[in-house]
Amino acid sequence: MSDFLDAFEKLLANAAPLHAVRAVEAGADSAAMWDALAASGFLDALVPEGRGGAGLTLAEVQPLWMALGRHAVPLPVGETMIARMLLAIAPEPVEPPQGPIALAVAGKGAALIVPQAQGAAHLLVEAGDGLHLALASGGEATGVAGDVAVRFSFTPGEPVAPSPQGGLRARAAVLRAALIAGAANHLTAMTAAYAGERVQFGKAIGRQQALQQQMAVMAEEAVAARIASELGCAAGCPPPLPAAATAKSVTSRAAAKVAAIAHGVHGAIGISAEYDLQLFTRRLHQWRLADGGERYWNRLLGAARLADGARSVDYVRTAIFPNQD
Amino acid sequence: MFDALTFAALPAGDEALRPLARQFAEEALAALPPDIRARSWSGFDQDFSRRLGAAGLLGLTLPKAYGGGARGPFARFVVVEELLAVGAPVAAHWIADRQSAPLILNFGSEAQRQTYLPAICRGELVFCIGMSEPGAGSDLAGVRTRAERTAEGWRVNGQKIWTTNAMHGDYMIALVRTSGGVEDRRAGLSQIIIDLKAPGVTVRPIADLTGDAHFAEVFFDNVDLPADALIGEEGEGWAQVTAELAFERSGPERIYSSVVLLDAWTEHLRRVGRADGAALALLGELTARLAVLRAMSIACTARLAAGESPVVEASLVKDLGTAFEQALPATIGDDLAAHPDEGVDPDLYRTLLYTTHIAPSFSLRGGTREILRGIIARGMGLR
Repeated sequence: MSDFLDAFEKLLANAAPLHAVRAVEAGADSAAMWDALAASGFLDALVPEGRGGAGLTLAEVQPLWMALGRHAVPLPVGETMIARMLLAIAPEPVEPPQGPIALAVAGKGAALIVPQAQGAAHLLVEAGDGLHLALASGGEATGVAGDVAVRFSFTPGEPVAPSPQGGLRARAAVLRAALIAGAANHLTAMTAAYAGERVQFGKAIGRQQALQQQMAVMAEEAVAARIASELGCAAGCPPPLPAAATAKSVTSRAAAKVAAIAHGVHGAIGISAEYDLQLFTRRLHQWRLADGGERYWNRLLGAARLADGARSVDYVRTAIFPNQD
Repeated sequence: MFDALTFAALPAGDEALRPLARQFAEEALAALPPDIRARSWSGFDQDFSRRLGAAGLLGLTLPKAYGGGARGPFARFVVVEELLAVGAPVAAHWIADRQSAPLILNFGSEAQRQTYLPAICRGELVFCIGMSEPGAGSDLAGVRTRAERTAEGWRVNGQKIWTTNAMHGDYMIALVRTSGGVEDRRAGLSQIIIDLKAPGVTVRPIADLTGDAHFAEVFFDNVDLPADALIGEEGEGWAQVTAELAFERSGPERIYSSVVLLDAWTEHLRRVGRADGAALALLGELTARLAVLRAMSIACTARLAAGESPVVEASLVKDLGTAFEQALPATIGDDLAAHPDEGVDPDLYRTLLYTTHIAPSFSLRGGTREILRGIIARGMGLR
């Protein structure tokens, strides 16, 4: 698994260096970046072996998703992994379209803001009780600087498959949780390095106790986000609602805190476009908002918890942690 | 960041201890209202501890030769979790089982192991930890209590404070200065076992704001101890204490202190039939945080099981854990007070107020928030 992750890391470092990430954010063609990622074979990581994929579990793919977050990859790579799996496991398997596939859940006809969709060729949308494949043309930019999310208005046609058990959103939520965890851990390392180098008042700012206390909180949140993401993926696919809710709730809360501390420690340089920090903090906010933030998932988890008569520790142990039997 | 801390499952063999531990926990809690159970690991009941010992549920990390379970930190996690989940009274064996026994096993002489460990496994010996002093709370290097060599052994003079359960204790493992002065800081510190029944020892309980007295002041006036009172090497006290604190800071007690209140409040929501968005969001948030803290605590236990001393990781879990334990009374109090026309059961009210009043201690005991964050910052290379 570690070799696997190393190979993926190298792939991302070559295919999506930060200057290329900036170029894609600015509207450059992302085909070369995508082709390199697609050629690697990682896109079928979650597709069952019987359907030509690698048959990996969510727990095995989670470190790859964290790596995508760590590199601020601006394309829907994890989304395409999920889409290709869902199409492959449909009662009547669907041949996946070529190119990047972004994910969305359509509510009551409202416009969709789809993360990472700028370079997508298709959308896989859950609407009603079906999955729909739509061309990703006709979207509008959100108008937010550097944003790779796209706004779509979606009219359901014929579904290509029924909704999968457990729904699309829980799967997307554990992906977002892993992306947040990856970016949050990277930001923490980046910020600690900066604090060790930046001199103010005659010493590195990292020598100041007030700042050390902030950095410790940042590390706590980043580690909690990583463990929350691992927990969310541990029970397999589909992630049970309480596990997905836990992962997305805790990582979303961490995303806001980590971004704030990263900027606070960096000072003014952190908000400049030229500096890399903002590539990651903008992603953190995007992924926090995507597929339900902390309050959305907290309400669902709270309702599930209230409906269960178990004690708190027993509920957590049996409903959120993977069953050991 | 701190990548060694990673999600781990409890081994099935250790999970198998859960039903037995649960049986004991259920028995202990049957007679106790929630505000008493909310005392959690401050609840003192020596009979209960002896029964746990007789059932083989103490000393799980110790070798069989000393009466232990020869299992390991995961087994202890399972048993401790079951006991704390319901607020069983564990104070009579708590410190000995968690800290004193591993310390004596790791650093003590064979004679000390034979003397203390089997009795600890039987739940018969109450230990307390003498670290804090009036002039040295979190600043342990400022310890002034002194042990001097005599012809027969050691003579101790000084004072400890905030010592949990010293008034019920048989022995204290104290951090003392055996050479040099406070200006030498960490050098010259040693750990020593003090028989609390020895002449010259005076213990005064300290009443707290909840009406309980779990802490005490302990005075040493020319207390004579035998030569083998010293644990480990003279002058190695600092290193030994650091290793010991990893046991103290990583366990489930750092996340479950207020869990009896969470259960009582959840039951209240059910009883009054209130499932508004704000209450559900709060219940969900607290549940999610609890789950992740549990995963982090198990991840820390896995490092202990691997033979490591996860000092920084344990600090991280403790700081996040105590913040959660303190958030419970604050946010649950807010929820209940937001519904002043809703009847609150007297037990729930007492549990809420007890937890509210004692909560400041959560981020003090076992190392203050600021000290822990300093340790984490050091682990990040900032100091």
